[in-house]
Amino acid sequence: MPIPVLMPALSPTMTEGKLAKWHKSAGDTVSAGDVIAEIETDKATMEVEAVDEGRLGKILVAEGTDGVAVNTPIALLLEDGEDESALEGFEAGGAAKAPAAAPAAAAEPVAAAAPKTETAAAPQAAAEAPHPSGDGEGRVFASPLARRMAKQAGLDVTAIRGSGPHGRVVKADIEAALASGSARPAAAAADVSKEKAAEKAAPAKAAPAPAAGEPEFELIPHSSMRKVIARRLTEAKQTVPHFYLTVDCEIDRLLELRKALNDQAPEGGYKLSVNDFIIKAAALALMKVPAANASWSEEGTKRYRSADISVAVAIEGGLITPVIRAAHTKGLATISEEMKVLAKKARDGKLTPEEYQGGTFSVSNLGMFGVKHFEAVINPPQGCILAVGAGEQRPVVKNGALAIATVMSCTLSVDHRVVDGAVGAQYMQAFKALIENPLSMML
Amino acid sequence: MADKSYDVVVIGGGPGGYVAAIRAAQLKLKTAVVERAHLGGICLNWGCIPTKALLRSAEIYHYMQHAADYGLSAAQTGFDIAAVVKRSRNVAKQLNSGVGFLMKKNKIDVVMGEATLEGVGKVRVSGEQGGTLSARHIIIATGARPRALPGMEPDKKLIWTYFEAMVPDVMPKSLLVVGSGAIGIEFASFYRTLGAEVTVVEVLPQILPAEDAEIAALARKRFEKQGIRIFTDAKVTKVDKGSNSITATILGKDGKEQTIKADRMISAVGVQGNIENLGLEALGVKTERGTIVTDGYGRTNVEGIYAIGDVAGPPMLAHKAEHEGVICVETIAGVAGVHPLDRLKIPGCTYCSPQIASVGLTEAKAKESGRKVRVGRFPFIGNGKAIALGEPDGLVKVVFDAETGQLLGAHMIGAEVTELIQGYVVAMNLETTEEELMHTVFPHPTLSEMMKEAVLDAYGRVLNI
Repeated sequence: MPIPVLMPALSPTMTEGKLAKWHKSAGDTVSAGDVIAEIETDKATMEVEAVDEGRLGKILVAEGTDGVAVNTPIALLLEDGEDESALEGFEAGGAAKAPAAAPAAAAEPVAAAAPKTETAAAPQAAAEAPHPSGDGEGRVFASPLARRMAKQAGLDVTAIRGSGPHGRVVKADIEAALASGSARPAAAAADVSKEKAAEKAAPAKAAPAPAAGEPEFELIPHSSMRKVIARRLTEAKQTVPHFYLTVDCEIDRLLELRKALNDQAPEGGYKLSVNDFIIKAAALALMKVPAANASWSEEGTKRYRSADISVAVAIEGGLITPVIRAAHTKGLATISEEMKVLAKKARDGKLTPEEYQGGTFSVSNLGMFGVKHFEAVINPPQGCILAVGAGEQRPVVKNGALAIATVMSCTLSVDHRVVDGAVGAQYMQAFKALIENPLSMML
Repeated sequence: MADKSYDVVVIGGGPGGYVAAIRAAQLKLKTAVVERAHLGGICLNWGCIPTKALLRSAEIYHYMQHAADYGLSAAQTGFDIAAVVKRSRNVAKQLNSGVGFLMKKNKIDVVMGEATLEGVGKVRVSGEQGGTLSARHIIIATGARPRALPGMEPDKKLIWTYFEAMVPDVMPKSLLVVGSGAIGIEFASFYRTLGAEVTVVEVLPQILPAEDAEIAALARKRFEKQGIRIFTDAKVTKVDKGSNSITATILGKDGKEQTIKADRMISAVGVQGNIENLGLEALGVKTERGTIVTDGYGRTNVEGIYAIGDVAGPPMLAHKAEHEGVICVETIAGVAGVHPLDRLKIPGCTYCSPQIASVGLTEAKAKESGRKVRVGRFPFIGNGKAIALGEPDGLVKVVFDAETGQLLGAHMIGAEVTELIQGYVVAMNLETTEEELMHTVFPHPTLSEMMKEAVLDAYGRVLNI
């Protein structure tokens, strides 16, 4: 009997992904461990390896198909001695999806295909997709009443955890979501499922004509990443009560220390950036003010023991936040080296989920663009994000006289549900002290 | 019997208790039921089932009397009250032995005797089969019994409860029914159909106080047309017993008193939980207004002790008890996804003629809750099947939340509505809105078409009227 190759879940929260590329064609021989396809999720591209051997009998989901639900059979593998006739009957009942027949069989995950990397459940996982009620196929498991109430309230019903039979979203879940403000808003007022269906039906959309009176435009289809950015940051701005705390840090001593350390670096060794110091200082400050290392959840405030710093990295078409784990325990050189590797992987789209999920605190630095000061949007479910501006020479008053110092403005965006003003201020005080006395970071 | 230990001991073998026991057995819990009288409880032996048998006899008698309306002749109609009662008892007996079979099939021990809690996890059973049972979980399902008004306590002879009313030795010529809930109205309807002069006295302003006011008003009109005298806002202040009749003094709202003489009186002023002599006080199990306080999953304030059914509070209905029993046992067994009882989705049925059935909020309650509502109605006279049946009197009424389209309540009066209501209960439970109900195809010709028409009416789209 042919073995179905199923759409793998590349992370605990993944419900669907794009089948980016087939590395094998029908008829090709496949050994266990061969890369047979590439899957693109909202955050990364991953290779799919075969775990069985045989011959690729039929590709069920064509290259470039978007929104392929996890566990959907994507191909059929013929075992030794089987020929194409064994495929008959396997295609029946498939369909639904436009570009290629993808049987929506509710098959048990037979683990015919496994992602190259093992994924660990990161703390972020729970918040990322709270048992989504959709099956990725456009069908939404929700009662009609729940659906209507969600629509009226502007909530995305697929983002709400269902408490009914088989995870069905019922009225009580909508009421709970409204009460807690935890649901993410619907992408648009339009019917989401219809929109999805339309998207699938026409993967290669013709450029739409501008409506009367509308200037000409180029319509850029949303990438998976774009959708995630839109969803999460809308959720953050609409549901997280932000407040902002700005401090000016003098970094002349930090720059001196950086230069001294870099000058001592062995040939081909580290080259510390200001950002590496900021990551380290951000982590150490969290150890000094652990109340700031927290995130909101319905059950209670999660206070983390480790300072896992998410660092925003701009990449083609968006941004991603690889994580420096336990940054408070790491030396500057280690942080610097890790950051270099992660940033490269990020730009190459090769980050694995555990490399970008589950941070406890974020840092976003736009100093290199000359930005003096900005306020970042909280990266849920984290409680704080630090926005770092450029270090620039500014006039400062010292001992009653005007002087010149290199000053860097840093702004902390804070989720007031978990971190109050005084705690945020203590954190910024601790951060500033570390940045301005960088040797204390080395202790 | 030797002392034994169980996972679950259920005290009371009524519809709540025996269903809870079966569910426990299905979940592989070692289970016993303690019962002092009859498996199946009041429902099966002295309530729901035998009264339905009586009412069926009355219904057929009614049709016989109106045979000519259907082009039939049935000369010399009559009845033998003893035979009617005998049929009713046989029906109860048949079902009672059926429950015994179900217990055996599910390997549930049935211990006959009175149970007392001797402590958490210990049940003492009186009688020859008795002994001490130990149980990790004890479910109290002891039901309820008729409430009595002071000065007119039932004496089994002239003042009846449902027990005596169900097995009359003679057919009373006149009857006073005190209380117009389901029990009172069903007996009023039964005895009136068989020819007795029936008077109903209700202390509240409306008969069938739990029902929607519009439905209750229609019911009252029909009953009065049948010849039942009804006093609402009225109290029986005194009952004088004669040798074979009673004379009751009725105080009306206007302060005027009048006396009514009747052969028999039925006291149907409600039921109260059987919470006594169980040892609840010693264990500190919290009770309130004669019932045990539980949390929606059957849990009392004392760990390991649960209560379900009538003894755990209103609505005191067999189907509520059954469902509560299942929820309770699944909670004990740790089944995932157990939901607490939703009292707003428990249907209620009264099997008088015409029948009355309802679920959810009445129009008045829905408005009281501050919602904007949409109400739809459809009368039996507009339904082909109702006309063909010769049952043109009745109404189907639905109450929607105007904002969300949630079906908040449904209320019906007329032929067979007790069999129809479940359609709306399913709809409510699945949280359908008016839209899905409108998109549902109802078979023609049936009475059920009225259910759709009522929904259409609520949205100004009614077709056949």
